[in-house]
Formats: sequence, structure tokens, C-alpha cells
Amino acid sequence: MATIHIDGKPYEVEADDNLLHACLSLGFDLPYFCWHPALGSVGACRQCAVKQFRDENDRQGRIVMSCMTPATDGTFLSIDDPEARAFRAGVIEYLMTNHPHDCPVCEEGGHCHLQDMTVMTGHVARRYRFTKRTHLNQYLGPFVNHEMNRCIACYRCVRYYKDYAGGTDLGVFGTAANVYFGRETDGVLESEFAGNLTEVCPTGVFTDKTHGEHYTRKWDLQFAPSVCQHCALGCNVSPGERYGEIRRIENRYNGSVNHYFLCDRGRFGYGFVNRKDRPRRALARRDGERRAVAPGEALAHAANLLKSARRAIGIGSPRASLEANFALRALVGAENFFDGHAALEGALVARAVQILRQGQVRIPSLRVMEHADAVLVLGEDVTNTAPRIALALRQAARGKQAALAAERHIPAWQAAALADIGQQQKNPIFVATVDATRIDDLAVETLREAPDNLARLGFAVAHAIDPNAPAVAGLAAPLAAAAQRIAQTLLAAERPLVVSGTGCGSACVLEAAANVACALKARGKKVELALAVPEVNSIGAALLQPADAAAHDLEHALQLLASGAADVAVVLENDLYRRAPRTRVEAALKNARLIVLDHQMTATAEAAEVVLPAGSFAEDDGTVVNHEGRAQRYFQVYDPTYYDAGAAVRPGWAWLMDLRAQLHQIAPDWGHFDAVTAATAQAFPELARIVEAAPNARFRLRGLRIAREPHRYSGRTAMRAHLSVHEPRAPQDPDSALAYSMEGHHGYEAGERPAALTPYAWAPGWNSPQAWNKFQAEVGGHLRTGDAGVRLFEPLAHSTSQGYFARVPEAFVPQPGVWRHVPLWHIYGSEEQSARAAPVAELAPKPYVALNPADAQTLGVGENMLLDVSLPGTALRLPLKLKPALPRGLVGLPAGLAGMPYVAPGTAVQLSRVNVA
Amino acid sequence: MRNFLVQLWAVLVGIYTNLRSLWMIFLHSFRPRDTVQYPDEPVYLPPRYRGRIVLTRDPDGQERCVACNLCAAACPVGCISLQKAQTEDGRWYPEFFRINFSRCIFCGFCEEACPTSAIQLTPDFELCEYDRQNLVYEKEHLLISGPGKDPGYNFYKVAGLAVAGKPKGAARNEAPPVDVKTLLP
Amino acid sequence: MSAIGFTPEVTAALIAAVKAVVILLGLVVTAAMLIWVERRLLGLWQDRYGPNRVGWFGLLQVVADMIKIFFKEDWTPPFVDKAAFWIAPMVAMSTFLLAFVLVPVAPGWGVAPDLNIGILLFLALAALAVYAVMLGGWSSNSKYALLGALRSAAQMVSYEVFMGLAVMGVVMKAGSFALSDIVAAQRHGWFILPQFLGFCTFFVAGIAATHRAPFDLPEAEQELAAGYHTEYSGMKFGMFFVAEYVGVVLVSALLATLFLGGWLGPGADRWPLLGFVYFSIKTFFFIMLFILLRAALPRPRYDQVMDGGWKFCLPVTLINLLGTAAFVLARQGG
Repeated sequence: MATIHIDGKPYEVEADDNLLHACLSLGFDLPYFCWHPALGSVGACRQCAVKQFRDENDRQGRIVMSCMTPATDGTFLSIDDPEARAFRAGVIEYLMTNHPHDCPVCEEGGHCHLQDMTVMTGHVARRYRFTKRTHLNQYLGPFVNHEMNRCIACYRCVRYYKDYAGGTDLGVFGTAANVYFGRETDGVLESEFAGNLTEVCPTGVFTDKTHGEHYTRKWDLQFAPSVCQHCALGCNVSPGERYGEIRRIENRYNGSVNHYFLCDRGRFGYGFVNRKDRPRRALARRDGERRAVAPGEALAHAANLLKSARRAIGIGSPRASLEANFALRALVGAENFFDGHAALEGALVARAVQILRQGQVRIPSLRVMEHADAVLVLGEDVTNTAPRIALALRQAARGKQAALAAERHIPAWQAAALADIGQQQKNPIFVATVDATRIDDLAVETLREAPDNLARLGFAVAHAIDPNAPAVAGLAAPLAAAAQRIAQTLLAAERPLVVSGTGCGSACVLEAAANVACALKARGKKVELALAVPEVNSIGAALLQPADAAAHDLEHALQLLASGAADVAVVLENDLYRRAPRTRVEAALKNARLIVLDHQMTATAEAAEVVLPAGSFAEDDGTVVNHEGRAQRYFQVYDPTYYDAGAAVRPGWAWLMDLRAQLHQIAPDWGHFDAVTAATAQAFPELARIVEAAPNARFRLRGLRIAREPHRYSGRTAMRAHLSVHEPRAPQDPDSALAYSMEGHHGYEAGERPAALTPYAWAPGWNSPQAWNKFQAEVGGHLRTGDAGVRLFEPLAHSTSQGYFARVPEAFVPQPGVWRHVPLWHIYGSEEQSARAAPVAELAPKPYVALNPADAQTLGVGENMLLDVSLPGTALRLPLKLKPALPRGLVGLPAGLAGMPYVAPGTAVQLSRVNVA
Repeated sequence: MRNFLVQLWAVLVGIYTNLRSLWMIFLHSFRPRDTVQYPDEPVYLPPRYRGRIVLTRDPDGQERCVACNLCAAACPVGCISLQKAQTEDGRWYPEFFRINFSRCIFCGFCEEACPTSAIQLTPDFELCEYDRQNLVYEKEHLLISGPGKDPGYNFYKVAGLAVAGKPKGAARNEAPPVDVKTLLP
Repeated sequence: MSAIGFTPEVTAALIAAVKAVVILLGLVVTAAMLIWVERRLLGLWQDRYGPNRVGWFGLLQVVADMIKIFFKEDWTPPFVDKAAFWIAPMVAMSTFLLAFVLVPVAPGWGVAPDLNIGILLFLALAALAVYAVMLGGWSSNSKYALLGALRSAAQMVSYEVFMGLAVMGVVMKAGSFALSDIVAAQRHGWFILPQFLGFCTFFVAGIAATHRAPFDLPEAEQELAAGYHTEYSGMKFGMFFVAEYVGVVLVSALLATLFLGGWLGPGADRWPLLGFVYFSIKTFFFIMLFILLRAALPRPRYDQVMDGGWKFCLPVTLINLLGTAAFVLARQGG
């Protein structure tokens, strides 16, 4: 700790902070541009000038850049000094000389850091009378809009894009006052994290293009605290709604999870909520024709189906909340409940849950991953399955710079110095995967093997670390050597991290990764094990699954239906065609009658007799459990009936509760959301703490609900006046402590608002995302009231790592003429919900088949030639993509793309060349 | 005694002033009346009177409103709502623009807030309707064909956004776009 | 008349009844028309028009208002004391109406102008009017109404003290309480001159008794909503409203009778109708004065009202009474 004196008053601050960081953490308003809590200081913009004095008697002082000055004990400085104020006002006037006078037509306006800082310094009138420099814009893809004239040359974009996110295609061009931030030529930004530019850029140079298409100012959006639905990491987001549509996703700071950054799938994949083809009315089939019916009628129809059923089963979903899944389980009974994972996937997730439960090693949050100093990535293409992990691993690699700097007593915020010291040195990362990945540039070594061989490698690494771990017989020499290198590197590290997941479809890989982590633990290392699972609530759904998981996989459910043992299925937010081969699903559905609850018109919903329109994450409250076992609550953003009185969209749990009530002729027993959560927590001791994920609906701050709408929300008396000039009462929310209104608590005061109930960041004078400063205990650190979510599993303190997995698979040997299928994941397209958003679909690849060039040669085919792919029960004709890194004997098929059927990982596939007639 | 006389004097003065008031008010019987006999007589409204709100066009005949939402934000009763849309060439315009005149208080803040002189209040207060629903004005009811009180202003001639007929560097006080591939200063 | 077969007593009673009905109707219609008169006069003195749309010069405005007030919901709030709430407006209206029996509107016309306790009856009824206000305010069970009623009661009780004393000078000079005698006593000179102080204080007390501006504290809108009748609506409110105007007419008629010679005037003895015209002109003069006061004067503070009553008007009346008594005794003794 150090004591610094600001404008004559002493304050206690962290000694290794810079003054800007310290002042902001203390709550002072000090303008800045180039500094960012995650990017460090470079002192480029000169905006954060303060006056520093030698001692308390010094009246002269000198102007210093606070971001470049350490907060040493006994520093005397003044923020309010007239000279410092004049300096800052002068700087902003210079920065604004070329600014293009277009705030009214700028998508940043209203949440613009430049606007905030200009107001803060008091620069109100332009004195510059000469011509303004102009630039041409570039096309940067469907996500990010470019308007270069607004640039103030703070360099944040390239520092984020190149240094932080490892992108290579955005740079700075030109000289002197003409610098240009862009790509060499027009084109889609390559980085999967390019969307963060819209928040990193303090001006409107980089803005959210998807938002621009239905633009609404930040003050006009209705926000709710929410959780990203597009992978299992559970990044916190703030979806903003206007006129009944989600208009944008803003990052919601969570100091333990995503902090300042999201991936582009999470940020731009919200379009599925707004699709016109969503079921918004209840549908029921009458006389062979399916029609929109009143909700009550649909419920009665569904209840009749259930009443007359021999046996009704319920298929839940890893993309639905715990509460909705639990409500389904309560409807059909535990013995008839299936968690909705595909058969193999379910087994993999169950294995991951088993590892979580065993609690031998700690499962890290994203923030913890960033601090690892050696990483083994085993079998998981994280960029495409759990993208935000890739960005965390990049920070882990960059951690070397800070370590080297620390040796030389250089504080970690000295970004330029760190880069100079670090040069190309990185913390070691081993990437052992099936195919090339987007983090190969970080790796000290990459290995490309079939899943079984990756597992063998993992087992070998574990054995090399701890001889008690099972050994691998007959390991190929190069792999054995690699295993030794990896083992030594991990052993040499202080905070080793093992990353794996369900992506390559092999339980052995998960087990091998667990073995590596356990072996490191046995050697006394502080090791972390991150396991990527497929979907937002995969872990949660698996936790609701009865113990005999094998009898509850989807295969079993389909069998029950196909054999006629069960004749009615209630499917919750699940598309069975994505989880099992088409022939299997069709055989199962032929005799069964389906009740589907979903917010998308999936193929399964098309086949249903009754469709009940469930709410998406924007119209529903729910709890989801992320990859680390962190239960997080998301809240309803808007009331879908406000603009469309006929909309029957309701939360899935509410439909299921009413259906159960109708079936048993009882009154609906839960009534509101908290009761469902409480019932879930009560039924599953492991989930007991989910009620703590967020304060309940009775929570009030200073007697107020928390407002979903900013206090400047406009158009309240006009936005639905075209429907009726008689304004209805604002929608009421019995399910949460949030209000569908601008009336309520807006404050940011210290220790007040729980992080889980912070819908958006705003503080007086801070409209941009930089307003999170005011909510953080220390800028860039954790939130004052604690980060949102509760971790359900913590490592057992005294667990002994005797529990090695012992099943070492046989080595994979390519068979001539038969190819083993491996799924290839794509950040854009593989995830069901985001793929239904137009901009994400635009970047999704078309279905293809991937082979090693040598394998392709044996078939006599080349790039883009069509191949007949014959799978059990189906045949496809797909263009070939050559993947030099793909091991021989494997065929890669993109997973989950629109137009691709379900293929179980590891399926034997036959390929043949298409003979052009 | 003296005190009593002073008080008596005060009472007499009080009586006198009251009677004087009565007399002066009575004299108003012979004054002309200030009431304007509207609607029998037309009412004079000054040009800056804050009445019915209109949306104007710029001198080129294009919609001036760029859907920046500032009028809506300034509106104390929240009776303006609109949605931004964009033409092919990059011009912003309101997809819909709605004013609920049954809520409007004619404060003129929207006009103050408008950066493009698009929204203007006019000297017309005759807005009565038998059906309140008819007080909800959409863009087609609001948009007029002229520039209103600010005849010369054209926002896009000043702002840096490129639109058809005005590429980058062609706005007022703008230099031609920089060629970033040259190293010449 | 006797030809039809009535005894003279019955005939006299019938005639008296007809007279009473005529006077009652005339009074009520006058009171109602006063609503229009007051609004037009206030408009005149405030340089505007007042109601001028309904009928000729807006004359039918009264009819429109009456139709409105008759068809309004006669709402009795659930929290009030129903009996007292209902009785209050009746008391208000009836006391002032009853007092009118004393007024000789023309020679030989009037319900009971010869009643020998005349003025005393008026004072008694004026005191009863306080009950209307008190009952209305108390039964409304609302703070505005209660405060208005309390003020009203205090004000009326205070001002009645010297109201009676003020008129005693006139009684002394006339030697009778009966109003017909008082009128007759003014044949040789109106009492306004010898009894000027009495006239002034009686006028002030009369304004206070009808709680008209500037003594309308019981119903001061700015402080008390509508005072004691805040909770009233529909015709019950209408009765309070009309009672106020009846009061104005009554006080004006008494002022005309007591101090301006009532129906006296040249030729009035020969043509009673002319007497009625004189009476009407004099009464209407005071009514206009009431309205002019409302148009011109601001409302004093409550403590100023009480001060003015007890510390100024009462002594002045007493001085007047003493002077008159001395004068009358001197005349008799001489």
C-alpha cells in the first residue's frame, strides 16, 4: 500500500498502480483515452495529465501523465489544478480538430467515451477554422463498421487487436497526423474477437454493424443482466431491447469470467431472438392441419395427449435453463426425463461432470486461465467451441512479458516496456489437437493426431509427470518424446493449466486431460483443469440427469419412441435432428406424438402436434451452469406481449408448470420463478446454491426495484401509440427484482447493487462501457459487490489423486478405404442459436468434407471437387476441403452447420469420388 | 393617546385605500375588454409560437431528420418515438417518426435539441380531434415539403458522413481523403 | 272572494300563502340569475366577457349550469356521516330563505313584515346558518372541510355579535323590531345618515355572515380546497351554492330596508309596484356592491379578520349604540 495525496487529501492505494488507475479506483473522474484497464498504459493521448508536486510545500508542480506515473508512497498530485485542467482541455481540443461533426449520425453517440471525456474537460466550442483531414472507410465484414474520420489516434484498437487478441490483419498505416487504422485492403476482420473493437475504441470508428441495422441509442434500450447462450463459458452480457427486438449485446463486466471482452459469436449472435419465423403463437394440429390456437386450447390439447399416453417421456435441453429442465422433469417424472444431449455427447458431458464432482483439481474461471504460465491444450479447438478461452490462453502466453518485467521491477501496466522486454517470448503452450487451430501461433509445439492418439499422448504425459499414472504401451517415438517435453514444461511451471473438452468426441481425451491434471497435483503443482463442454447449460442439464446416465441418453429415448413403449414426447427447446441421425429420429417420431416447447421453428417443432412458444433467453428467466460449475442467472429483457398482445411467448417453465397443473387438475404450484429455482435447489443437493446466483424477486434497493431502462429512456408515451393511444400499465415482473421501467434504482454507489442485478453500466458523466470503472472495487478487477454467479463445485481440500483413469485407448491406425469421422467445429455456424442470426450465418462456412491431401490423392480428388460421403443411413455429396494438418485416415465434417446432418464422432465413413457423367 | 391616533390614522388610510380600490375596479366598467373573440376573430400568433410540430426538408428537398433520437431524449413527456434506418448511400433517416400529440406539452425542447433543424414548432394550435387516436401523428402527417424557419441549413454539407453526391472530403472545411500509402507528409 | 265562500281569515291566509310562494320563487330565481350576473360583472370589471355564448348575452348559462348540476351524480362519499351530511345543505338554504319572510318588498307586500320580533328572528336565523356550515364540515370527515367549518363558525359567531348591535341603533330610532315599522320610520329620512356607523358595521357583518369575498375564509380555495363543502357534489353542492346567493340577496334586501328606506320613494304609496321597483333598485345596488367587493379586494388573513371584528367593528358599533341611545334619550327627555 502507498499513501498518495490528491488535492490535499491522503488516500491509500496499491503501490504498484499507476496514478490514473489509482485515481479512477478511488472514484475520481479523470479523463483518459489510450489507457485501458486490460491494455495498460502507453501515454499516447496525453489526456490524463495531472499536476505532481515534489512535496507538500511545492506550489509550482509539474504536469505529468498520470497513466505513466507510478503511485509511489508520498506522491502529491492535483487533479483540479487550473493548469492541469487547461492542459487537458487543450489536448481534447487538439484531438477534436479533425472530428467530423457527425454525432447525430454516429452509432457511438450516447455511449461514446469521446463524448464523455469532451464534456468532462469542458471543451464546448470548436475554434479550429481550417480544413479537416479525412479518410476513406473500409469494409470490415458483417460485424464491425468502420468510419475512420472519427479517429483520435489513441492506438487502442491496434493494441487490443494485435497485442491483446493476436490479430494480424488490422494495423496502422500512414505517417504523422495522417495515421490510418484499418486493414491493408477491405475484407472481413479475421479475429474472432474483433467485436470488442466496438467497445475498446473510445470513438465511433469501430461500431457494431448489426446494431446499426436497427439502431437505438443506448439510453433507449431496455437491458437486463444476462448470460451469453452460445457456448458453455457463461460470459455475462447485457442484451438491449427496443420495440420488441433485441438490438444489441453489450459486454457485462464480470471480473471472474469475461471481464471486458466477448467473442463475436456471443456479441453478434443475438439475431435468432428477432427472427420473423419464430413461433409466437401456440400451434396445435387439428384434423391434420396445424393452426395457431389460444394458449389455453394448446395446453388442453397437450394435456389430453399426455393423459391418453401409454408412457410420456420428456426430452430436456442443454440450451434451456435449469428451471425449465426441472419443470419438464417434474412433468414427466425423473424416470422419463432425458437431458437432451446427443448420446455420445451426453456421455462426454457426464464424464466432465464426474471430473467436476470428484473435485481433485480446480476448474478455473476464464480470468484464472489468463494467469496460467504453461498450458496444455488437449484435443479441443477452443477458438471454435469455447472461443473466449482462446483469448484467455493468449493472455496466459503473454504473461511471460509481465513475468520478465517483474524481474526487472517494471510494473505490469507499462505496456510498451513489457512488449520490449518480452519481444516474442511467451509462456509455453502446447496445442495437441486433431486439426490446425487459431491459437497455433501461440504454441511452442503443435501436435496433430487422431483423438485416440491424443488421448494416448495425454496418458503418456501424465505418466511422465507421475509414474503412478497408467503408462501407455507402444507409444510412437515422436509422441513419447513430445510427452516428455510437455511433462517437463508443465512441471517447470508454477501455475500449469490443462485445457480439454468434448469437442473431439472422445471420452479418452477427457480422461487423459484429467490424468495430466491429477498427476501435476500429485506432484504438488497448483494445477487447473478447464473442460469445454458443448452448450450453455450442458453441465446443468447433466446434473439433472439420474445417476444411471446410460439409461437416459437420447438413443434410449428414441428407442422407447420407436418401439412404441412410449408414445408421447415433450421436447423442451431441443432439435432432435441435431442430436441423432435423421433416420433414427424419423423412425422414433413416426408413431410418437410430439409436444415441443421452443423459441425457434426447428425441424422437430415442424413435426410436433403441439408447439408451445417458449421464451428465448431474452424472454425468460433462468439459471445456467457454465463449464466451471458456476451457476449464473439470466433475466427476462422485455415483455413480448407489450407490442404484440397476441404473442403467447412464455417462459418454458411456466408452460410446463401449467401443463402439469392441467394434467393433474391442480392449481399451478410454483407461481413465480423463484419458487421453481427453490424447488430445483431442493430436489438436487448439488444445486442447493443456485438460489444464491442472484437476489430473489423480493429484493429491493432503497425500497426500489432495479430499473431495466436507463433514466433517459425516451418515447414511453409514443412507442406503442400507433397501436392504441391509451397507454397500458407498464409490464409487471413478478419473477425478478427488476422493473420494466425507467423508474427504479439506477445507482452505482459503493457496495450497493449486486452484480447479478446490474443490467447495464452507467454512472453520471460515464455513458460508455468505461462506466464499469464505477462499479469495480479496483478498476479492471472484481466488482464491488462481488462477481455474479456462484461456483457449485470447489476442489476438495484433501482429495488424494488416486483416481487416475486407467483405460488407455488403442492407437489409431488408418484403415484403407474407411475413414474415421472427426467433427470440425466452427465458431460461426456450429452453434444452433447463433447460426440463426443473419450476420453469423453470413460468415458460416458451407458444408464440406475435409481430408488430408495425401488421403485425397489416394481418392484422386482435389480441392473443391465433390465427394460422395456415405454415412450409416444417409449419403451426402459435399465439396472437398484439403486440410494438410488433418491426420491421415480421418475425415472431418463440419459439426452443426445448417444443411449438415448429425454424424456421431468416430463414425466410420466411406468416401467415393463423384464421377461426372 | 398618540399611539391610538396613529392606529386610527392607519385604519382610516386602510379604509381609504380599500375604497379607492373599489372605485378603480369600478372604473374598469368603461374599459375595452382584452378577450379575443376566437374563433369569430382570427388570432395573431408570432412566428416563433410553439404549436404543431413539423418535420422539414433540407434545401435539396431531402428529409432533414437523421433519426439521431435527440428530440426523443429531450422530450420531457416521452411523446416522440422513432426508428433509425439508412439509405443505400449512407443517409440516416427515420423509418417511422411518431409524435403523440395527446401527450405533447409544446415545450419546444425537441426543436432545441435537433442538430439538423429538422423538427420545428409552428404557429398552429388547432389540433383538436374527437378521437384521441387521431392525435398520434406519423411521419407522413409531420413531414412538410419546405425547410421551415431555417432555410439554408443542410446537415450533410457539414457533417463528415459520406452520402450520395457528397463523398468523403467534400463536406465544408474538409480536405480530400488522405492517401495512407504515401510517406510524404 | 267571499262570494266563493271563504271566510275572511281563510282568504287572508290564502293571499298570504300566494304572496309567500311568489316571493319564494322570485327569490330563488333571482339567486340563480345572480350566478350569471356575478360572472358577467366580474368579467366586466376584469376586462373580459364572462359567459356570453349560451342564449342572449349568455343568459341561458344559468339554465345550462342547472341542467348540469341536476344531472350530476349526487355522490355521498362513503366516509361521511350521512344524516348530518344530508341535512347541512338543507339548513343552509332554509335559514336564509326563512329570513326573507321579514322583508317588506313593496307596500303591503311581504310574508310577515309586521312580525313584532322581526329583526330578532333574522338574527336568530343567521345564527342557525352556522349549523349548516358546522354540520357540513364536521360530517364530511375530511380535514379541509373541518378546517373550513371551524373557521366559518368562529367568523360567524364573532361577526354576529356586532351585527345585532349594529342594527340596534335602527331599532332604537324606529322604536320597533318589525321591519314594516322600520321602513315607515324612514319616511322623513333614511337611517343611513344618522346610523352611518351602524350601516358600515352591519354591511361588514352581512358580508361575513354570507362568507363572501373578502370574508370567504371558510372556503378559501388556495388553502382549503373548497372549505366546508369540499366533499359535496351534485345538487347538494348546488344548494350550498344557491344558499350563498340567497344570503347575498337577503343581506342586500335588509340593508336596503334598514338603511335606505326599503320600498319608500316618490309615489310608492300610491302605486305599490313602484315601491317594489324602488326596493329592487336599492337591493340590486347592494348586490352589485357585493360583487364589486369580490372583484376588487384581496382576502385578509384569518387573524386579521378576527382582529377587525373584535377590536374595530365591535367598539365602533358600541360607540354608535351609545351615541344613538343618548340622542334618542335626549330627544325623548327634551
